[in-house]
Amino acid sequence: MADLIPVRLDDVAFGYDPSKRILEKVNLTVRPGQIVALMGGSGCGKTTILRLIGGTVPASAGTVSVFGEDVGVMNADALRRMRSRVGMLFQFGALFTDLSVFDNVAFPLRECTNLGERMIRDLVLMKLQAVGLRGASTLMPHQLSGGMARRVALARGIALDPRLMLFDEPFTGLDPISLATIGRLVRELNDALGASSIIVTHDVQESLQIVDYLYFIAGGRVVAEGTPDGVRASEQPFVRQFVRGEIEGVVPFHQQAADYRSELLAGAR
Amino acid sequence: MPVASPPPKPDVPGPVRARVEGLGEWALLKLERLGFAARFFLAILRFSGLGIRRFGLVMREIHFAGVLSLVIIGVSGLFVGMVLGLQGYETLVRYGSAEALGTLVALSLVRELGPVVSALLFASRAGSAMTAEIGLMKATEQLAAMEMMAVEPLARVVAPRFWGGVISMPLLAAIFSACGILGGYLIGVVTIGLDAGAYWSQMQAAVDFRDDVLNGVIKSFVFGVAVTWIAVFEGYDAAPTAEGVSRATTRTVVTSALVILALDVLLTALMFRGT
Repeated sequence: MADLIPVRLDDVAFGYDPSKRILEKVNLTVRPGQIVALMGGSGCGKTTILRLIGGTVPASAGTVSVFGEDVGVMNADALRRMRSRVGMLFQFGALFTDLSVFDNVAFPLRECTNLGERMIRDLVLMKLQAVGLRGASTLMPHQLSGGMARRVALARGIALDPRLMLFDEPFTGLDPISLATIGRLVRELNDALGASSIIVTHDVQESLQIVDYLYFIAGGRVVAEGTPDGVRASEQPFVRQFVRGEIEGVVPFHQQAADYRSELLAGAR
Repeated sequence: MPVASPPPKPDVPGPVRARVEGLGEWALLKLERLGFAARFFLAILRFSGLGIRRFGLVMREIHFAGVLSLVIIGVSGLFVGMVLGLQGYETLVRYGSAEALGTLVALSLVRELGPVVSALLFASRAGSAMTAEIGLMKATEQLAAMEMMAVEPLARVVAPRFWGGVISMPLLAAIFSACGILGGYLIGVVTIGLDAGAYWSQMQAAVDFRDDVLNGVIKSFVFGVAVTWIAVFEGYDAAPTAEGVSRATTRTVVTSALVILALDVLLTALMFRGT
């Protein structure tokens, strides 16, 4: 059924500056249970797609649907209801710095439910156990490493048992062990919750191991898509360059600029 | 020599025109920001329900903005009162009315210095901290995270801080004035040797509750609203970078100081005309 599709973008366009669109005509679908990766160069609009899905910015054109409902026409109550079914992991965790690990995970439970403190305590310990940090519940965010902070944020993100998880660069700045841990947790928690997930990432190799489907964004559009096996075997120039990390290719090394020689000579005159 | 030169076309941009355009653009931007600040103020009032239902959130902010400002307010009040005692005695003794020192100290503090100086100190200590805290929460995506958890940051973060500041300000001004009066007593009675009974009785006779004390409280309440509104707005509107937060914090202190002094002129003119 169409209304069971967790996320669907149809011809979506967006620009923070109305005269300069960063997304031109994006079409993508996230099916139930899927983990989908959004890949592309820095500044291509991947994180903006997450913001469009979360309803924090409105699409300039096209439709963003979450669980079959158009985010663009939702009122404040409908947005709140939708967001309570969505968990988001921000790039650097975005933990509340004045709250302990325990209180960070308890925050959405205290704010969005009427559960008693004993029930909240049990749920928080279960979520922390799921990310392996039950022993860190009394620590403050500044006492955590980058990987630990990301795991606490993940526990907070799943506190309300979301049906959709959004991950903004979850692997950035992590050591290989933390990176693999987060990757495994993303897959396991997605399957255990019966949720769907969208990961915005540059980490090709880690993503290819855990995701079900990938979209490549460039020039404000989806330029390629496919399963991990399809992406590995793809001969499409953009996909090949991105997956293999080649410096030269369809994505140029140099930013578009005036002729190098004439610019240098202009300075000498 | 040509007979007549054609009049300049109105659409030819010249330096004057560019300056006027720049000024107009600047004025429009400022007006737009002022409008945003007014809408932000209304939004704070609209989202104040949570703070009232869960008063613990406001109490926490009263602790940070009010209780933790007690030392600077108390000590400053004491010093200001001592200076008033010294300067006031010097002047009054020339006219043989040194006993009126209590009246001078109390009226100066309750009507003017208490509300104004405590508001300036409050803006520097608590207002700047509020701006920096909210600005950093924005820069580190804590506000965005809250929004994505279906929690309204205006209700959970901004409104409790606003009410915490508004409630703290008149209390701090009262404490400032009380410490100042004590400072005046220490100089006038303990150090100089004026009669303690005269100090207190003259003060009691001259200070009117409605005209002096209540007006002072109203002043400090208005300053509390202004300073806290500026502080939370600047934090919320700060550019999400280290530089942006730093600039917002500076703007909070500078704008608050100017607004406090301007409002003081206005309120004094309205309250104490002819008294």
